[in-house]
Amino acid sequence: MDAEAPHIERRTSRKSVAFTDEKLVVDADGNVTKIASHTKDENHKDTAMSHTPRTPPLSAALGAFTDAHQAPADGAADISAAAPEIDNDGLDLSLLKKKKKVKVVKKDDDAEGGDEAAAPGEEAIDLTMKKKKKKKVTKEDDEFAKKLEALNLEGKEGEEAVAAVDENVQEGDMEKGTGIWAHDETKSINYEPLLSRFFVLLTQKNPDHASSGTRSYKIPPPQCLREGNKKTIFANIAEICKRMKRSDEHVTAYLFAELGTSGSVDGARRLVIKGRFQQKQIENVLRTYIIEYVTCKTCRSPNTDLSKGENRLYFITCNSCGSRRSVQAIKTGFSAQVGKRRKMQQG
Amino acid sequence: MSIENLKTYDPFAEADEEGGQTIQTQEYIHIRIQQRNGRKTLTTVQGIPTKFDLKKILKVVKKHFACNGTIISDEDSKGMGEVIQLQGDQRTKIKEFLTDETEGLALDEKTIKVHGF
Repeated sequence: MDAEAPHIERRTSRKSVAFTDEKLVVDADGNVTKIASHTKDENHKDTAMSHTPRTPPLSAALGAFTDAHQAPADGAADISAAAPEIDNDGLDLSLLKKKKKVKVVKKDDDAEGGDEAAAPGEEAIDLTMKKKKKKKVTKEDDEFAKKLEALNLEGKEGEEAVAAVDENVQEGDMEKGTGIWAHDETKSINYEPLLSRFFVLLTQKNPDHASSGTRSYKIPPPQCLREGNKKTIFANIAEICKRMKRSDEHVTAYLFAELGTSGSVDGARRLVIKGRFQQKQIENVLRTYIIEYVTCKTCRSPNTDLSKGENRLYFITCNSCGSRRSVQAIKTGFSAQVGKRRKMQQG
Repeated sequence: MSIENLKTYDPFAEADEEGGQTIQTQEYIHIRIQQRNGRKTLTTVQGIPTKFDLKKILKVVKKHFACNGTIISDEDSKGMGEVIQLQGDQRTKIKEFLTDETEGLALDEKTIKVHGF
């Protein structure tokens, strides 16, 4: 959170500038109007609340950069993704709007819509933005005063209020080229919105590039069927292996070693595992397999090859960063003899 | 006259020869689970350092986890060393025990590998 301090300062210095615009912009957008419509009592509190739901989409968007199954790294990335978002709502806004369009999370909008419809527009000032109606002037004044207060507050609340102001300044629909994104807009755009625009455009225009390697690695979920009472069929092992670019045998050996059991491959290349296993359990084992034998430890790309090098060692070669590391051979540890066979063997 | 520099130890020599220092760091304790009939399971703990007395460990653990267990001798485990075998899924508990500073063995968590689902 150290990183936030400079932002706050920067913002406070800018606030006088931003402030003048505020009135104009407040009503323009759904989010902002939301603030407005609830503002009667606690303006900045509302602002804070309006922040929270936005956090996931952004971090999700930026999350494209992280590898989802590397939990620690992912967490860190999320934090870093979230931090700038808190600081800059301009960036957030554009993303949010997009999300709203895509997803069906219209809840907020609708609610506000009602409020605003009740309050007919009286202000001449309008942005090129969305068509939301303005609220009454009295309300506006009230809110304006509150905002003023909020701006004077120190610390978190102040920051949030300021953030709200920011939001107003750097707003606009990127898709439609309105607001700050308008073609003939001369105001300089903040860094964060620009950055977010870059990624939005990147994912839009070039989904392959954005998703390759950096996106979370997805494999089809294992399909587990029960054969009789004591055997589990792992139906799509061939598909999964193909996806991971590993040989069936290797995966099978790992599964058996980890599960401490044995099994066979049936006619349709399905794996028959002795013992009862649920899909979730198999999933867990596959996950550890991927971490150990598929992902590159250097760049976390799953785009790797497993090859048998000299002297019986297995090596993983990464196709994206070129690193090469050796992996342990699969070792079946001690496994106790279970069942009737035990007596027969001893006898 | 001998050149002192050339007298350094051979990095490619087998690690065991010099007290097994390298080996020691790579030895994991493996905690595994095995399915028996029905919903019964076995937990096996392999690779506990030899400085510990397995019998005493077993005695404590059995009481602590309220389960039975046995020590599989070296020849029975086919060269895997002595193995503690416990009844039921005791993986998390035994791991806690192995890493516990005061009541357990105070082992490093990094040396323990939990297998299974």
